[in-house]
Amino acid sequence: MTSQIGAETGVEAGVRAPAGTGARTPLLVGAGLLLAVAAPFALYPVFLMKVLCFALFACAFNLLIGFAGLMSFGHAAFFGTAAYVAAHAAKAWALPPELAVLAATLVAAALGLVFGAIAIRRQGIYFAMITLALSQMIYFLALQLPFTHGEDGIQAVPRGMLFGVIDLMDPLAMYYSVLAVFLAGFALVWRAVNSPFGQVLKAIRENEPRAISLGYRTERYKLLAFVLSAALAGLAGATKALVFQLASLTDVTWQMSGEVVLMTLLGGMGTLFGPVVGAALVVTLESYLAATSLPVPVVIGCIFVVCVLVFRRGIVGELLARWPK
Amino acid sequence: MTDIILEARNLTKEFKGFVAVRDVNLQVRRGTIHALIGPNGAGKSTVFNLLTKFLAPTHGQILYDGRDITAMKPADVALMGLVRSFQISAVFPHLSVLENVRVALQRPLGTSFHFWKSGSTLHDLHGRALDLIEAVNLTPWAHHTAAELPYGRKRALEIATTLALDPEVMLLDEPLAGMGHEDIERTAALIKRVSADRTVLMVEHNLSVVAHLSDTITVLRRGEILAEGPYEVVSKNAQVMEAYMGTGHA
Ligand SMILES: Nc1ncnc2c1ncn2[C@@H]1O[C@H](COP(=O)(O)OP(=O)(O)OP(=O)(O)O)[C@@H](O)[C@H]1O
Ligand SMILES: [Mg+2]
Repeated sequence: MTSQIGAETGVEAGVRAPAGTGARTPLLVGAGLLLAVAAPFALYPVFLMKVLCFALFACAFNLLIGFAGLMSFGHAAFFGTAAYVAAHAAKAWALPPELAVLAATLVAAALGLVFGAIAIRRQGIYFAMITLALSQMIYFLALQLPFTHGEDGIQAVPRGMLFGVIDLMDPLAMYYSVLAVFLAGFALVWRAVNSPFGQVLKAIRENEPRAISLGYRTERYKLLAFVLSAALAGLAGATKALVFQLASLTDVTWQMSGEVVLMTLLGGMGTLFGPVVGAALVVTLESYLAATSLPVPVVIGCIFVVCVLVFRRGIVGELLARWPK
Repeated sequence: MTDIILEARNLTKEFKGFVAVRDVNLQVRRGTIHALIGPNGAGKSTVFNLLTKFLAPTHGQILYDGRDITAMKPADVALMGLVRSFQISAVFPHLSVLENVRVALQRPLGTSFHFWKSGSTLHDLHGRALDLIEAVNLTPWAHHTAAELPYGRKRALEIATTLALDPEVMLLDEPLAGMGHEDIERTAALIKRVSADRTVLMVEHNLSVVAHLSDTITVLRRGEILAEGPYEVVSKNAQVMEAYMGTGHA
């Protein structure tokens, strides 16, 4: 009997959380943290903050596709809406940054509840199409509503004083604040994935009819995952609006929804660190390529195709699958 | 307490004009093992899907413990104690064997929406989960992912997961399919044992096991009930013999 197991060990480690990775994980996390703390002394803080915002966005998206098996093609709606709300709250209402970001995150969560309630009963491609259609409606609203200032977007958003004492115009203060936001968001995803809720979510992803037959009202779990994901995507968008002091139409386009899919698949969906790696890679490539005369979307597209063909599980997914335990 | 725990009245299911189940009247007595047999495509799995609300009937009514459950959702039916397994092995492939069983055990804790709680709060369930795993002889596999199990073992895991809910009625769709000889005996004995304080309705092609285990057998053919009764009666029915000869079963 044991020989049969050996033959069947083609398990997809890529879709598993790196739970049993033992002593390696704390080491990696420690090293990553050190790097993140030291990074602004070696690299542009704005570039790093962009990476962190997109990494959080991708982690939010990954919570949905990687752990609930739901493919949203409209996540820019949450990212972009939150960016507008945060920018408007900070600029027009002169809210302090922490409240502006909080308000934006709550709005994104509420929007997630509405989108989720509409889309959750559909599966696969239908789910993706509904989220896309809904996010296109948000794009239309962003184009038409007066407070978003159409093509111009909301510019010169004040970063303000965090908790009334920390001046976020200081690049390092801003960077460490963004890092704290990212870490909090990442920790939430990590916790959710490993929580009792995360267990049910994984069961639903693996075999929804079976989860139903065990008495789980799966729609409610998927809806909660959707709302959490929308809220975190909003948190990322709101933070980005403060970093760049700008909320614009770019953040609500379907291309933005596509970008987060790309980052997540590239890094490895269903792994905790994959989306972070994917986001860092894409943002880095984009900023390097922007300085050259190469067509950015074409190069990124080619890299994506190659990666998907060669590393089916994404970069981190492949590493986990090949790394001996 | 009625004597009939599960009842189908005039149950009919049409798929785009094709009648897969026609006017089925079924009564399952509390505490018995009731087998549903019939040739391939007879509609057995469809009856299961209807009874557990995974499919909505075209006509007819389903009563569970005297209550009409025809309009209920599948998860709610499961919560009432009517729990099914699936013909195509239904495990959670990338969860470990232990986690598979634990998913079934964790719902009564009431923390299944708690996304902020540590997963270690589920460790209290490991004792019970391991007992169930032991009961289906999967202890050496407890920490392997379900995907690694040979097919027959997956079926055993499915039974353990179903049992974890301690259901009032267990519906097993071909629980022994794909199992080796030894596992068949062990699983049949397990079904017999757990049926002591519950009702079992099962679809099974292994007639010797059916004969040995069941109190009542219902034979289905082309969506209709052909015969019903204890094995001695059903097996002597001329139509049943013909139906089975016709498809190569015996
Ligand atoms: N969702 C569906 N749509 C259309 N036809 C279906 C559907 N489900 C089942 N059928 C048809 O209904 C008939 C009964 O199928 P069912 O799966 O209930 O048979 P069964 O008795 O369980 O057979 P088996 O022993 O092969 O499992 C078959 O002819 C099948 O093709
Ligand atoms: Mg069947």
